[in-house]
Amino acid sequence: MVLNRFPLWKNLLVVVILLVGIVFALPNIYGDAPAVQVTAEGGQPLDELALNRVTAILDARGITHGPSYIEDGRVTVKFPDVEEQLRALDLVREQLGDGFVAALTLAPRTPAFLRQLGLQPMSLGLDLRGGVHFMYEVDMEAAIGQALDRYEADFKTLLRDARIRYKAVRRDGDVVRLVLDSAADQQAAADVIAEADAMLDVDRRQSGGDFELVVRMTEEQIQERQDFAIEQNTVTLRNRVNELGVSEPVVQRQGADRIVVQLPGVQDPAQAERVLGATATLEFRLVDEVNSPFEAAERGRAPLGSALYTDRNGQPILLRRDLIVSGDQLTGASAGFDEGQPAVFVNLDARGARKMGETTRANLNKRMAVVFIEQKRDLVERGGETEEVTRTEERVISVATIRGVFSNRFMITGLEPLEARDLALLLRAGSLAAPIFKVEERTIGPSLGQENIDRGMQAVAIGFLLVIVFMAIYYRVFGLVANLALLTNLVLVIALLSMLQAALTLPGIAGIVLTVGMAVDANVLIFERIREELRNGNTPQAAIHAGYEKAFSSIADANITTLIAAIVLFTFGTGPIRGFAVTLSLGIITSMFTAIVGTRAVVNLLYGGRRVQTLPI
Amino acid sequence: MDFFKIESHVDFLKPKKIAFVISAVLIVVSLVSLATRGLNFGIEFRGGVVVEAGFPDSVELPPIRDALEAAGIERSVVQHFGSSREVTVQLLAEEGARAGETRDRIMALLRSVDSGAELRRVEFVGPQVGRELAEAGGLAALFALLMILAYVSFRFQWKFSLGAVAALVHDVIITMGIFSLLQLAFDLAVLAALLAVIGYSLNDTIVIFDRIRENMLRMRRKTTEEVMNTSLNQTLSRTIMTGVTTLLVLLALYFLGGEAISGFSMALIIGVLVGTYSSIYIASATALALKVSTVDLIPPQPKDDESGVMP
Repeated sequence: MVLNRFPLWKNLLVVVILLVGIVFALPNIYGDAPAVQVTAEGGQPLDELALNRVTAILDARGITHGPSYIEDGRVTVKFPDVEEQLRALDLVREQLGDGFVAALTLAPRTPAFLRQLGLQPMSLGLDLRGGVHFMYEVDMEAAIGQALDRYEADFKTLLRDARIRYKAVRRDGDVVRLVLDSAADQQAAADVIAEADAMLDVDRRQSGGDFELVVRMTEEQIQERQDFAIEQNTVTLRNRVNELGVSEPVVQRQGADRIVVQLPGVQDPAQAERVLGATATLEFRLVDEVNSPFEAAERGRAPLGSALYTDRNGQPILLRRDLIVSGDQLTGASAGFDEGQPAVFVNLDARGARKMGETTRANLNKRMAVVFIEQKRDLVERGGETEEVTRTEERVISVATIRGVFSNRFMITGLEPLEARDLALLLRAGSLAAPIFKVEERTIGPSLGQENIDRGMQAVAIGFLLVIVFMAIYYRVFGLVANLALLTNLVLVIALLSMLQAALTLPGIAGIVLTVGMAVDANVLIFERIREELRNGNTPQAAIHAGYEKAFSSIADANITTLIAAIVLFTFGTGPIRGFAVTLSLGIITSMFTAIVGTRAVVNLLYGGRRVQTLPI
Repeated sequence: MDFFKIESHVDFLKPKKIAFVISAVLIVVSLVSLATRGLNFGIEFRGGVVVEAGFPDSVELPPIRDALEAAGIERSVVQHFGSSREVTVQLLAEEGARAGETRDRIMALLRSVDSGAELRRVEFVGPQVGRELAEAGGLAALFALLMILAYVSFRFQWKFSLGAVAALVHDVIITMGIFSLLQLAFDLAVLAALLAVIGYSLNDTIVIFDRIRENMLRMRRKTTEEVMNTSLNQTLSRTIMTGVTTLLVLLALYFLGGEAISGFSMALIIGVLVGTYSSIYIASATALALKVSTVDLIPPQPKDDESGVMP
């Protein structure tokens, strides 16, 4: 038997893996070009038709653009420079009209033939490309509270419609309590409720002359309501993100009550947050013209049926409690100007329009107010513990006299221009089913992102160089072989990252650097073993063979333990840690291959099956 | 080139008593520091806000502190980050009010000090999320240790596993102790580095144990201590080579990778140094103290376990 010869299939395997690795890593060397990306507002994939429209718009105005194509249902057009890109964005936004979202982005310069093979460069994490990461928590208690409030209102209507007299219907913590006059009414009310919603849990109680029904939601209903709240909020957030015009945004549910939003390239977290986190909704109410708001303000209490507010000028104002229309009955909104004043034009749905029509007809020349309602969360220190407390902020944004009857279309004035724009956007994207609160934010400015890339790459390059020089000096020809393996390893890690489209982060780069250091360990083990065998008087061929053979168990043990640590990190870790775990695991796996099989193939090729007197090791 | 042309014959285990004393002192100092000074947990674990801003020219910190205090933002930590043109303002959750507003207020104040201030980075973690991250992190460390322990027990005899674990605990405590003593920021990345240290240190230990096991079966007439010394000498070249190459890249990462991962690289640098030392002195010496012998390597029989005497 000839020592140190690989069968043909093993050599082929090494070559094939190397080639595949190079091909998959290839898209990463081309860099990025400024581009404009167009998506459909509803997220449905776009086709050639949309692509042709976009390019026609650009060609008509003589804007020079690079290649354009459709990828993942998005139209991407590349530009030679940022100026053309910005001009194109304005033009596309203006001419394409509603139903499309256009955003600035960086598109890889990957040549068409690679792109058509489905090859993409590594995707960069937010810490490398800059952008905003928010994690929101949905206020589940508020979601349930809202549902109970609705039951309260519904029960009142139901009882009234069924002509059942009641003393009181009110929400009391997590139950709705109905107080009735007689056992007969109690029975009738219970029947009405059962007919409306058979799932509700209804308890009967009697104290003195009061016959009570205590209604509570079942576990199932609560679960359902919470699921609805988070699903609805995810949809609303997605709509809002679309309104912002961001390329490749991520909006996704995480766990039971959280939603993650990632906006690559967004530089101003404040603006994004104002739009995303806004729990703003509108309510239209009539002004209480009977009672004096100043008297009420003095007493600190509003008369029955009214509520006390402060208007924009800080003056007290009394509004009737009955709601005319609320924000969820809006079907459209756009910002604009009316007689030079910023205004929001609003469309109402059929139900809202009917109510608005009736109200305005009956209240001509009386005043109507628009109330802006927002949920905020504060941190309060209570007995040494920090608690988060929700508060509702209500502002009267405009008070106007009803000059005519209107129903489905009208406008709101009295806003600042920026306010008008944000409000229209929020009304368009729909309101949130329950308030959300930011529990985590990571914002990386674009300059820092680029800096992180540059620094990370520099660290990789220098670290790599140091190890290569060290290995070449210390192990000579064998050191060069190990260096070849190291380089291959780097290519394979990049290829795998591109293949998996796992986002590369700064800790991810650190993971790559670490694997460069640790990947040589396998070769060090093998080479030291070969030297030892040579010292023990073995022939070069036997030494090579024994070196690889005997070092294997140590290499396997060592790599498996590190792999265990990396996998645990991946399982338990969040965001940045995961990036590190991914590159570390991939690096360990590829380095096992390159350091053991890869170097062996080269060593066999150089020395295998021939007479060798000494080994340059 | 070869550092060890002739076989080295260092009697590594001769000063094992001194090594034990040094390690014991280091561990006691670390534990005392951890108990009294504690770790300088980052806002990731405690909840809070960090705002990093870049300035066109270098800035002094006192005016920024004054501006913050004048605006009622007290007990904030204001530091230069990387260079004198970058500044971080850190606020713990107890002090910080609403996150978004805090960020915008801080930026407005920084712009009032120098209108060229530019937002570079914001990290906000709510107190609840901070607690969860700390919990998940601790759990990850514990779980990793258990998994590794299980693997080593499966591959080696229990006296070896105890030695390996002793070395790991030693490395983790001392690395954390140094972070506590120097009050270096302890964040998620450092925790990840700590787990990587566990992996690395174990790497080292296992390579040495592998060789001890091999030699024990070959050199049956030698005493355990002699076998261990031979094994340590045989693997010394590899131990140093791997340590040096890993340190080379870590130093590159520490000096070139930027402030954001300096804590991470620092933890690994300390860990690699301590881990290399512990593989020789703690892991092997513990196994030796447990009177590991050739008998232990013959497929396990129940009564063998009684031969182990705790030191």
